[in-house]
Amino acid sequence: MTTVRPAEPVLEAKGLKASYGPIQVIHGIDFVVNQGEVVVILGANGAGKTTTLRAISGMIDTGGSVKLNGEEIVGKNSADVVRRGVAHVPQGRGTFPELTVEENLRVGAYVAPKSANLEEDMQYWYDQYPVLYERREQTAGSLSGGEQQMLAVSRALMSHPKLLLLDEPSLGLAPLIVEGLFEQFAKLNKERGMTLLVVEQNAHLALGIANRGYVLESGEIAISGEASELMNNDAIRKAYLGV
Amino acid sequence: MQLFLQRVIDGLTNGSAYALVAVALVLIFKATTLINFAQGEQAMLGAFFALQLWMWGVPMWGAVIISMILSALLAALIERTLIRPFDPSDHLPLVIVTLGLFLGINALAGLIWRFDPWRFPELFPSGVAFSIGGANVTWYAVCTVLSAIVILGSLQLLLSRTKIGLAFRAVSSNLESSQLVGIRVGPTLQFGWALAAAVGTLGASIYVANPVLSIEPTVMLTVLVFAASAAALGGLDSLWGALAGGLGIGFIQSLLVQYAPFIPTELSLLTAVVVLLVVLFFRPAGFFGTAAVERV
Ligand SMILES: Nc1ncnc2c1ncn2[C@@H]1O[C@H](COP(=O)(O)OP(=O)(O)OP(=O)(O)O)[C@@H](O)[C@H]1O
Ligand SMILES: [Mg+2]
Repeated sequence: MTTVRPAEPVLEAKGLKASYGPIQVIHGIDFVVNQGEVVVILGANGAGKTTTLRAISGMIDTGGSVKLNGEEIVGKNSADVVRRGVAHVPQGRGTFPELTVEENLRVGAYVAPKSANLEEDMQYWYDQYPVLYERREQTAGSLSGGEQQMLAVSRALMSHPKLLLLDEPSLGLAPLIVEGLFEQFAKLNKERGMTLLVVEQNAHLALGIANRGYVLESGEIAISGEASELMNNDAIRKAYLGV
Repeated sequence: MQLFLQRVIDGLTNGSAYALVAVALVLIFKATTLINFAQGEQAMLGAFFALQLWMWGVPMWGAVIISMILSALLAALIERTLIRPFDPSDHLPLVIVTLGLFLGINALAGLIWRFDPWRFPELFPSGVAFSIGGANVTWYAVCTVLSAIVILGSLQLLLSRTKIGLAFRAVSSNLESSQLVGIRVGPTLQFGWALAAAVGTLGASIYVANPVLSIEPTVMLTVLVFAASAAALGGLDSLWGALAGGLGIGFIQSLLVQYAPFIPTELSLLTAVVVLLVVLFFRPAGFFGTAAVERV
């Protein structure tokens, strides 16, 4: 994909550090996500991908700087970061198991702008995923893994975010479902201009929809570049593409 | 038969009051998996507020409603100053805080109103509403059971139809995700504490408005035990379970008094605890609760 490089960064991390108690896990990393881009973070288990997203969302102890549309968000709590336009679909989906599908969507719109039309937005996602419509009265806990991921993504977008963070959306899902999800992500990006930061282990799929990528190793950025470059990078091909 | 019916009616009446305190326990438990041991004392204090206001000349229902609001405000203050500073995942310090509150509120009420019984104004019409099978059903019994149902129905609506209600249920269901949708967890839990205190105060006021009872600072001790058993019987995280549990406990208690006279009344509290243990042993999630099953 040839992109007209949009210069405006939505998210800009500089010297980002994150720790769990005394243990530092992210050791000062820099990365940028520009308006309208899809950026992927690759890395092995335990590399710190989830921690990076949690740091952005203000869920853990964070140091350094993260700017969202130019505004510093390090030190702000999750609710405040979300209110500034970040939607985060956590690893393991993070739906509300005791709430119905419809209630999950409603609560997703908790910080939606006043101009948003809740019923229309809900209908949009029911049209995208008719299975969610069929199950709207069922509790989210009774959905299959794939259905929960569809719900998690729909719920995140009910808030009309400026930036969508996705943490291993493909985890534990059948290949066909994963393909459908990634098509949805590409569509969101193209049709709605949604900016995405995606953490994935499925490098092939993720690079397929991404503009750029970073490879995280033990809390530091080892490689970064255009998606097409990364796809042809020998080290990445060996480690993440299984060739 | 007549005696049996009378006992059933008495049991359901007491059980409705237990249910209201049980609901207060359930509200906080659902959100925090913490049993607030001070819930009964907060409710007792609220009922004393109502009594005091009434003695100052406020009409009785006005006094009850004002005291519900006062209790809610006090609970919000307690949550903010004594609960929120502690790590929610570490229960022991929090349990100690609620036990401290229990003792503190009890002592405070004793200081102000002395450990004496006071007559509480009647909230419902007096006398017998109707008879079935020779058993008398008083207006108090009818109104108490109806109140419990109406209050639970309203709570249900509040929790399912309002934004703050939905947020409260979201926090109860998944704390981390609720932060990720932008809910401010602290104030939302504070809302839960306030709501629980208001419901508890109403429950206590209705309970002590029973013409055969009076109010004193220790009045809620036994009620709390029955309410906790009721909540466990119903499943600790289910509102309607709390009602069913309250009615069940009231019923068992009433029948034991009648048909197991060899159990001294001093031990009737213990029977509630035994029921509780038996239930928890065979059905850890109670009869209406959600078992802790998670899909990965
Ligand atoms: N809650 C926690 N407390 C302490 N250490 C943690 C915690 N969560 C993660 N870690 C540690 O931080 C490091 C990075 O974890 P992280 O979850 O960010 O990895 P990841 O790249 O997302 O891995 P995966 O692909 O398995 O999800 C790991 O060494 C992990 O053990
Ligand atoms: Mg992870």
